[in-house]
Amino acid sequence: MNDLSVNTAPVVAGVHAPKMVARALDFYYGDARALRRIGLDIAEKKVTAIIGPSGCGKSTLLRVFNRIYSIYPKLRAEGEVLLDGENILDPRYSLNRLRSRVGMVFQKPLPFPMTIYENVAYGIRHHERLGRGEMDARVEGALRQAALWDEVKEKLQKSALGLSGGQQQRLCIARAVALKPEVLLLDEPTSALDPIATARIEQLIEELETEYTIVIVTHNMQQASRVSDYTAFMYLGDLIEFGETEQIFEHPVQKMTEDYITGRYG
Amino acid sequence: MARASAHRYRTRAVKNAVALVLSFAATVFGLFWLVWILWTALGRGLAAIKPSLFLEMTPPPGSEGGLLNAFFGSALMCLLAIAIGTPIGIAAGTYLAEYSRRSLFGETVRFLNDILLSAPSIVLGLFVYALLVRPLGHFSGFAGSVALALIVMPVIVRTTDEMLQLVPGPMREAALSLGVPQWKVIVQVLYRSARTGILTGVLLALARISGETAPLLFTALNNQYWSRDLTQPLASVPVVIFQYAMSPYDSWHELAWAGAFMVTLFVLALSLVSRAILLRHKVPS
Repeated sequence: MNDLSVNTAPVVAGVHAPKMVARALDFYYGDARALRRIGLDIAEKKVTAIIGPSGCGKSTLLRVFNRIYSIYPKLRAEGEVLLDGENILDPRYSLNRLRSRVGMVFQKPLPFPMTIYENVAYGIRHHERLGRGEMDARVEGALRQAALWDEVKEKLQKSALGLSGGQQQRLCIARAVALKPEVLLLDEPTSALDPIATARIEQLIEELETEYTIVIVTHNMQQASRVSDYTAFMYLGDLIEFGETEQIFEHPVQKMTEDYITGRYG
Repeated sequence: MARASAHRYRTRAVKNAVALVLSFAATVFGLFWLVWILWTALGRGLAAIKPSLFLEMTPPPGSEGGLLNAFFGSALMCLLAIAIGTPIGIAAGTYLAEYSRRSLFGETVRFLNDILLSAPSIVLGLFVYALLVRPLGHFSGFAGSVALALIVMPVIVRTTDEMLQLVPGPMREAALSLGVPQWKVIVQVLYRSARTGILTGVLLALARISGETAPLLFTALNNQYWSRDLTQPLASVPVVIFQYAMSPYDSWHELAWAGAFMVTLFVLALSLVSRAILLRHKVPS
């Protein structure tokens, strides 16, 4: 294991003109260190996948990017995460502003107990004052972007809890893109969905890529290779390897990456 | 080998049968008393139900009358108790579930609340007697409401706390990740998820206090006459039942049964309503 950290020290994951940059990022759950000196660039308007076995810290890393971890006591991040050059870990960086710029979709589709319309409008209402017509247009736009509009346009005033799992997850995506964020964090967005709903979401990710910088955490290697432009492989809190997805999957440099991708452990 | 396991299976079957018979007998034993109580209250009470019950005041011994002032006093004190206890209970329950997670202070408050929840109601009555009745020099409907509110409060703290904890953590994260501040997330998202549970808690608290006698004996006492004045002694159904049932007069006994019947009916109705609410909301609408 000691060789490993020596090995990983030089991994500096550079891309041209990154949107987000993690530098020397450490993360602690109480005394337990969950991330070690992570340095990673997130390319603008590309999809970056983070893969690795359970407990490797990939979700933790994602949850640093919008500081959602900070709602729990005893969790802390050290180092820097730059969004357009500004350090979001700085306590002076407004959480409101950060979360309107960096949206998140979670593993389990959990619509709010409101109507479909309200689910999408809820976040917008907190950040902007919009007239009725403008709001309708924003909600429709978000639902269209999430490829859900045609299925729900007749029942916008119905409870969102009546939708299928796949529809609920697309609603959660609509809810996030409604705020017009710049970065979209997806935390295993398809792990609770069936293959058809999964294919739907993957297709959606490709469409969203033209407008948003996307970071996706996934357990599914095929998914990472299908949807992402860049891939980061993590193991036990270290970033082992980072590169263009094709390179990572076809010519991994590190032995560990190759072992993981070919299913030798994980 | 096969014989040994056959023997073992037979032993298990016998043990199973014994456990089944015992638990069934325990259930029947419990239900027997419950049915008897209900049967008596319903039979004796139903016979005493007539229009005058709802139209006339509590009578002096030997004459005819009703329970109107007692019904009104009970309703007034119970509603005021709910009005006092619900906001405090919901606020405290929210604090426990949302703001004091895993803190020592929160755990201590939760523990103390559980003690208050199971405190004998007569103790609460005595407490309010010392707090409000003695200093003011007389019994009052207001003191009765405060005593009842002290019973309501821990019930609602507990249900609010539990219902909010049932809301999945990722629901909070999803709302907070939209940049919405925590208090708004609690009020607009979490309360919505938990509202049927909290409402049920309020209804059950109402059911609980509508039959309480002990805390009212020291606080609201009783009143023979029509009164709407909360600063004065106020009649209530449980206290009238207590007084009349202990008396030697047949006409008072009859009214006590009628009162018992009405209280039972009310509590039954509340339980049914809260059940119905819970059932209706289990299925996503």
